[in-house]
Amino acid sequence: MQFFGGSDISPSPPAPTAPGNNAHMIYVFNRNGVCLLYKEWNRPLHTLNAQQDHKLMFGLLFSLKSLTAKMDPTSAEKGNLGVPQLPGQGCSFHSFRTNTYKLSFMETPSGIKIILVTHPKTGDLRDSLKYIYNLYVEYVVKNPLYTPGAPVR
Amino acid sequence: MAAIYSLYIINKSGGLIFYKDYGSAGRMDTNDTLRVASLWHSMHAISQQLSPVLGCAGIELLEADNFDLHCFQSLTGTKFFVVCEPGTLHMENLLKYIYELYTDYVLKNPFYEMEMPIRCELFDINLSQAVQKDRVALLGR
Repeated sequence: MQFFGGSDISPSPPAPTAPGNNAHMIYVFNRNGVCLLYKEWNRPLHTLNAQQDHKLMFGLLFSLKSLTAKMDPTSAEKGNLGVPQLPGQGCSFHSFRTNTYKLSFMETPSGIKIILVTHPKTGDLRDSLKYIYNLYVEYVVKNPLYTPGAPVR
Repeated sequence: MAAIYSLYIINKSGGLIFYKDYGSAGRMDTNDTLRVASLWHSMHAISQQLSPVLGCAGIELLEADNFDLHCFQSLTGTKFFVVCEPGTLHMENLLKYIYELYTDYVLKNPFYEMEMPIRCELFDINLSQAVQKDRVALLGR
């Protein structure tokens, strides 16, 4: 499966037009759960400190992926709950919505997870997440001074 | 086009009290459904913790590659969730209707113990009718 087309950055997706449609937060994790990037633009409520927040987010996503792989009604053969899934194996979710926020998620074959928390009325953000991943590849991975696994500066 | 794969009802503490399968490809045995239900209960609670603003009531819709999961939580903490095909419409209304059936045929049943698995015939009958009617109406479009 061709994951991303071309080596040049895909055209920027259309900017959101409605006010109040800007993102709340963005997280980028690697496959070990290290938070490579966390930025917040609009977060009135902080429930936990930053470290616990990152761990909770990673844990939630890990478990949700395991849950969707198990619950998938279209595949007959399923592993047991809790078996670590390779990126791309099994059915994975791409977003969930609550009454106060919408979380969009994308996992690349290398295990990099990109999460965007936005307003609940936001549409499908998969293209935006791909665009962000392309930016990550261009400017972070190809940077000779960057060590993989370290937080992004 | 639109079809429901399965329906789960979980009580306040996360235990599965009702499960009905309407056509998923893989059969899950009872233990698996119990685990999945408790896992969902915990995920629902954790998602409230991660909200950037006050007043989060938990996940209402989860969109995956092959299915959507709609969840409705009543004021008492009982959760009703349905696994359906991606893009199925009107699931929220169906869940609210199932909640009405639950209050009528389960809660008002004098032999039903709270938080216990549901074994009420009238509830099953009316639920099947509601789901079938939904399916026929959607196919008719």
